[in-house]
Amino acid sequence: MDFFITPFTSNDFMLRALAAGALVSIACALVGTFVVLRGLAFIGDALAHGVLPGIAIAILLGVPGWIGAAAGSLVMIGGISLITNRSRLSSDTAIGLLFVGMLALGVVIVSRSNAFAGDLVRVLFGEMLGISNDMLIAQLILTIVVAIVAWICARPFLLLSFSPEQAQVAGFSARRYHSIMLMLIALTVIVSFQTVGTLLVFGMLIAPAGAAALIARRIGMMMLLAAAFGSLAVYVGLLASYHFNIAAGASIVLVTTLIFFVVFTVQNLRWQRQPRAELSTP
Amino acid sequence: MRNGPVRVQARQLEIGYENEAIVSGIDLELQAGQALALVGINGSGKSTLLKTVVGLLSARRGELQVLGAQAGSLRGQIAYLAQFHTSGFLLPLQAMDVVRMGRFSVHGLLGRMTREDDDLVKWAMRTMGVEHLADQPLRLLSGGQQQRVYLAQVLARRADLIVLDEPTAGLDAAGREVYLQAIQAERERGAAVIAATHDIQEAAQCDGVMLLARRVVACGAPDQVLTPETLLEAFGIVMTLRDQHLSLAVMEHEHGHDHNHQDHDEEHEHVVRHQH
Repeated sequence: MDFFITPFTSNDFMLRALAAGALVSIACALVGTFVVLRGLAFIGDALAHGVLPGIAIAILLGVPGWIGAAAGSLVMIGGISLITNRSRLSSDTAIGLLFVGMLALGVVIVSRSNAFAGDLVRVLFGEMLGISNDMLIAQLILTIVVAIVAWICARPFLLLSFSPEQAQVAGFSARRYHSIMLMLIALTVIVSFQTVGTLLVFGMLIAPAGAAALIARRIGMMMLLAAAFGSLAVYVGLLASYHFNIAAGASIVLVTTLIFFVVFTVQNLRWQRQPRAELSTP
Repeated sequence: MRNGPVRVQARQLEIGYENEAIVSGIDLELQAGQALALVGINGSGKSTLLKTVVGLLSARRGELQVLGAQAGSLRGQIAYLAQFHTSGFLLPLQAMDVVRMGRFSVHGLLGRMTREDDDLVKWAMRTMGVEHLADQPLRLLSGGQQQRVYLAQVLARRADLIVLDEPTAGLDAAGREVYLQAIQAERERGAAVIAATHDIQEAAQCDGVMLLARRVVACGAPDQVLTPETLLEAFGIVMTLRDQHLSLAVMEHEHGHDHNHQDHDEEHEHVVRHQH
């Protein structure tokens, strides 16, 4: 049992990492569920990468990175909305355009200064093992905010996933609640990048929710399963990082991806063994 | 004809998209308990008119009053069945969850669902013959069963105006009969119904029929509108006697519309068979 428990009981930094990871898992499960159901993975990826120039400028100006990340997110969301609403181009094209443009701008800014070497790695991969109490509290506040917004917007979010037209006719502005959903994704990226990094927060948004979507029968169950898969990945990833001296953040996302493929394989084997039951309608 | 409250009233209405008019000069009045069928080929303007009535599209010109207010200003008080749905394959929803969505507009963001809502959901599922599928995942249902569930969602809303875009698509004969009975009951309750349909027999059971072909070809009582002359004008018709059945094959004419809109790209033939 020592192998599984001692790393967390004898090291405060491991316990903080576990707590922060669990909070990231819960926030990402709530948001990631709708990202997966509404096919918003690309915009999630774009936001996770597109905040880079904002963070880089914030570091140059000596202001907190999350302020830069927030500004970068607003530019991304505003730009995507502008192109989608004012042209005949699909949102995919708009997202891709902003994605590469913002990423390139980030690289240009970073390449102009040597001061970014350590910071860039921290931004991309986070610092799971160096989480402070302040970061933990920020993550806790984010998770509570995400949970409250997801609870308040549960009905329009569900209708949007079912049919944006139905949402609109039911009296819930499809545009407004789509924007709120994008803001939630951005908020999750902004706060979580400090713990797990911008690259890895995207993995936490997609993989646990994707695995849960394969087996859940209801939205609430999908969120619970996604949070459980994410938390399990955090625990196993941190344990592997501690015992085998490998990068914590990357280990966690690797485990979430493995969980997805295990669920996917088991699900497929079950479907092959149990043919779909015929459901008759009188 | 009934003399109930007016649910929909249009005067010289022009519908379409930002840069393109689809149909102009629409005049109609629909009272409580009445049903209007929109008939026409794909791309004739049926879905565009329905979307304008429910407020998804703005009227380009003319007047459109829905439930006594400007169209689009009373969202949440109309039950609407769209032609296309997000695939039920991925969504982790049980059939009952989909029907419950019909009650969301009644309670808004945070209003609590009551026992009455649960009873209405069960009633709607029972009416459409899908009560036994309540806890089944939507993704396991056949296309026809999913359509029944979507129609149950519409019934559960208990709206004064029901707007349906091809409600019998995917339904078998039994499903169509169940649907027709349910809609008749809704009309007797006082709901007005507008439905776009390719089913001429279904249209013939309505109080009024509007025949569209990117213009209003005819509008009025079914026996006045569904005549060989108007159908010929709207579709092009070939009538043949085959195997003791009178076949009324409606072949599509070109109407010069572009094919960018999603309601333009379906099957292009309507066939109605009557026992001879």
